[in-house]
Amino acid sequence: MLTKTDKTHASEFPGGGEELMPRTEQHKGLSQEEPLLFETGSLETTGVDLREPEGVQDGLGDLKREGPIGLPGLSEPQALRHYVRLSQKNYAIDLGLYPLGSCTMKHNPRLNEKMARLPGFADIHPLQPQKTVQGALELIDQLGHWLTELTGMSAVAMSPRAGAHGELCGMLAIRAALENKGSDKRVVLVPESAHGTNPATAIQCGYEVRSIACDQKGRVDLSDFRDKLDADVAAIMITNPNTCGMFEQDIATIASEIHACGGFVYCDGANFNAIVGKVRPGDLGVDAMHINLHKTFSTPHGGGGPGSGPVVLSQALAPYAPLPLLIKEEGTYRLIERTNADDVDAFGRIAAFHGQMGMFVRALAYILSHGADGLAQVAEDAVLNANYVLTSLKDVMTPAFRGTCMHEALFDDRFLEGTGVTTLDFAKAMIDRGYHPMTMYFPLIVNGAMLIEPTETESKESLDQFIDTLRSLAIAAKEGDIQQFVDAPVAAPRSRLDETQAARKPILRWTQGAGA
Amino acid sequence: MRYLPLTDADRTSMLEAVGVTSIADLFGDVPDDVRLGKHLDLPIHKGELEVERHLAALADKNVSAGSSAFFVGAGAYRHHVPASVDHLIQRSEFLTSYTPYQPEISQGTLQSLFEFQTQVALITGMEVANASMYDGSTACAEAVLMAHRITKRKKAILAGGLHGQYADVTETLSKYSGYKCIQLPRSVCDEGIENIELDDQISCVVVQNPNVFGQALDVSRLAERVHEAGALLVVVVTEPLSLGLLRSPGDMGADIVVGEGQSLGVGLNFGGPYLGLFATRQKYVRQMPGRLCGETVDADGRRGFVLTLSTREQHIRREKATSNICTNSGLCCLAWTIHMSLLGEKGFTGLAALNHEAALKLSRRLARIDGVELLTPTYFNEFSIRLPRPASEVVDELADRGVLAGVPASRLFDEPDLENVLIVAATETNTDEQFDLYEAELRKAIQC
Repeated sequence: MLTKTDKTHASEFPGGGEELMPRTEQHKGLSQEEPLLFETGSLETTGVDLREPEGVQDGLGDLKREGPIGLPGLSEPQALRHYVRLSQKNYAIDLGLYPLGSCTMKHNPRLNEKMARLPGFADIHPLQPQKTVQGALELIDQLGHWLTELTGMSAVAMSPRAGAHGELCGMLAIRAALENKGSDKRVVLVPESAHGTNPATAIQCGYEVRSIACDQKGRVDLSDFRDKLDADVAAIMITNPNTCGMFEQDIATIASEIHACGGFVYCDGANFNAIVGKVRPGDLGVDAMHINLHKTFSTPHGGGGPGSGPVVLSQALAPYAPLPLLIKEEGTYRLIERTNADDVDAFGRIAAFHGQMGMFVRALAYILSHGADGLAQVAEDAVLNANYVLTSLKDVMTPAFRGTCMHEALFDDRFLEGTGVTTLDFAKAMIDRGYHPMTMYFPLIVNGAMLIEPTETESKESLDQFIDTLRSLAIAAKEGDIQQFVDAPVAAPRSRLDETQAARKPILRWTQGAGA
Repeated sequence: MRYLPLTDADRTSMLEAVGVTSIADLFGDVPDDVRLGKHLDLPIHKGELEVERHLAALADKNVSAGSSAFFVGAGAYRHHVPASVDHLIQRSEFLTSYTPYQPEISQGTLQSLFEFQTQVALITGMEVANASMYDGSTACAEAVLMAHRITKRKKAILAGGLHGQYADVTETLSKYSGYKCIQLPRSVCDEGIENIELDDQISCVVVQNPNVFGQALDVSRLAERVHEAGALLVVVVTEPLSLGLLRSPGDMGADIVVGEGQSLGVGLNFGGPYLGLFATRQKYVRQMPGRLCGETVDADGRRGFVLTLSTREQHIRREKATSNICTNSGLCCLAWTIHMSLLGEKGFTGLAALNHEAALKLSRRLARIDGVELLTPTYFNEFSIRLPRPASEVVDELADRGVLAGVPASRLFDEPDLENVLIVAATETNTDEQFDLYEAELRKAIQC
């Protein structure tokens, strides 16, 4: 069978008619073209052997589906090849340094995977009797204890399913606490450098967003903060270390001033990896902070999820944590699961069941492996690696701010001025040299931003190789050798993809007859 | 430490290169009074063996589904997952990659998402689906918010047979956004749902099918009435395998279909991580939350895939985004789509038939016990029975005898009327011996 891709390519070969150009012509070494499942599978093929039904009479009447669904199937060997070939078109941490700033792409230990698959964790149901899952509840309690101790906070809500979901949880706890006091504060302060999830979350919680400027060092501008702070402010959403890779030196001052106005401090914990074991957000005056277990605590990113975003809460917010609540009575764990039960102030529920158990097991395996001593070393090595990259590149690239950084090195595009090469081109050229690009064009306050977070799991040799690559690219751009940037990537499974066309005429699914 | 490659010699030479004398200098921006002076009261590092021992001891305190006669459902279902699914999702290139922001080196993830979206659209009978949500309950809440955006109305009606925790999540997210949820009285069979009153403030009706008690519904008449009122029908599916046997929500007139995908490929995992399914009509696609993968071409004219329509999303739109969602359930999505590819039409419909048969066989055994009443006449692989005693007590007793008998309705709903109601699921993983054991033990528990 020919795919659209085949035809396009087939026509490029002189004399190569569509029917003469099989897909295999496009294979290159270990890189193999792979059609869609819908172009290879058939309705008759299956990769599972099921027993025959016994023919018990059903009572479904006209609720029964008529006609085929149109789902192609693959036998097991076909399925293995399909997905293994697809996998080979992905970059991954296990292939090389993955310097995405603010994403903390660190090594994912395989012990974590093994532990999460123990039947005592993987094969238990969230609604089976609580006396049959005491070990699972104890694990959640143990992880919760580590998280509250490491952050210096009073309580933790374990149910948020990702970082942004944690933001929502923390901000709803703030809103519930304020409403309980009869307050109708309407405004949330968000620094310009914040992740996009912060303002989106504030809006979803029913607040207005008031933006705060950054100073020349990439930190919250204290005087602008003071100008924007008034009795209407419910909270500030601050990231620390911030998205420029800087520690917010004034955070304790900001916290005490906002507390004096009756507001709260929400901290975006995306960058906790830089300070874990070294600084406790609770000591800085933070009231709520989500922790991305898939960043700091090494649970796999899995191509974009699942995440997990437990939220630690200060004493003032702890009573408003969402359901379920986990309590321990006389050595037995118990979940409080319903809103109108047990007279609690919980602001409600943000997801069914009790949280991302599979991620909890992985995170605890990682935490126990490192221990308190190892976690502090994680932060130190993450910060050292980032500074090493920053220092080693500052003569050929342009750091966005002076001085040292925390766990990520931020550059702007001044070093590309007049070369005709953009941040995007530079990033795509990195692909041809075997690297995943850094985070581009974020934070928004820096022109052509390139945010590099190497993490602590890179060796010095790996960093040196990466630095050499970026140096040679920066020098090539300055010397006017721009074709390698404009054309990039040429060595990837695909060259640059037309995102404009994708958005203008969205094709979001395969349809019979279309495209093929 | 086994996860940290830097040696002390490396650290020394790197500090020197950076131009500082100690690591403390790099934390110089942290005010002295908040630096952790003391050691935390937490244990130090452990070897792999010790960590395994610690966690295995916790796992051993739980009763796993596979070690018992297992009939628990109500939003999460136990099915056999082919071995190749777990093998494939552990490929490094899938497991340790990030969100496909650089599509040229993420085609593996992107193509599998495109295939996933197509499979979800096919089984739900809808035109488009997104690349997954956190889970079924958050997908349900997001569907309601989307219906409000489309209709510019502010009230949602939640059916009596909607999962209690889904209703709670929807209510929580709605009330803080200034919207209202009207919860219909709890009802095992959603009686009278077609005749509910609909005014011009209602943006949508949310109905679960099969509902949380297992009753399978024909919602076509409801869809007509909802559309006449200018509102949308949101159908929630917590057991997607049911769509191998039952008419699709799209076929019955749904405008948005959301679901919990866990039952295919993912496993129970004590409630997470799971994946939310989200499908709708093409005309509403720009109001949809979550990531979307679309087809395009590369500079050489070859077909490829990218994340698209991101102008709806928070990282572009910030406070004007359709939702604050940033993550999907990537790896769970992959497990789902691999399991679906292995099943294919034949396996998917065949597995659905086996599940329905298992529930029929079990319900007939249980309903012949004196004092047990079957409450749901039409069901897929889950049904509800009324017992002569509180269901939670019976479930606790049966657990001691190796039978995890189901979910007491009282676990989900605070309603005295439902105290004796037990929600029971049966799947292809159950055997005739387990059905016999359940019947015998339930008989004893009721008659003593």
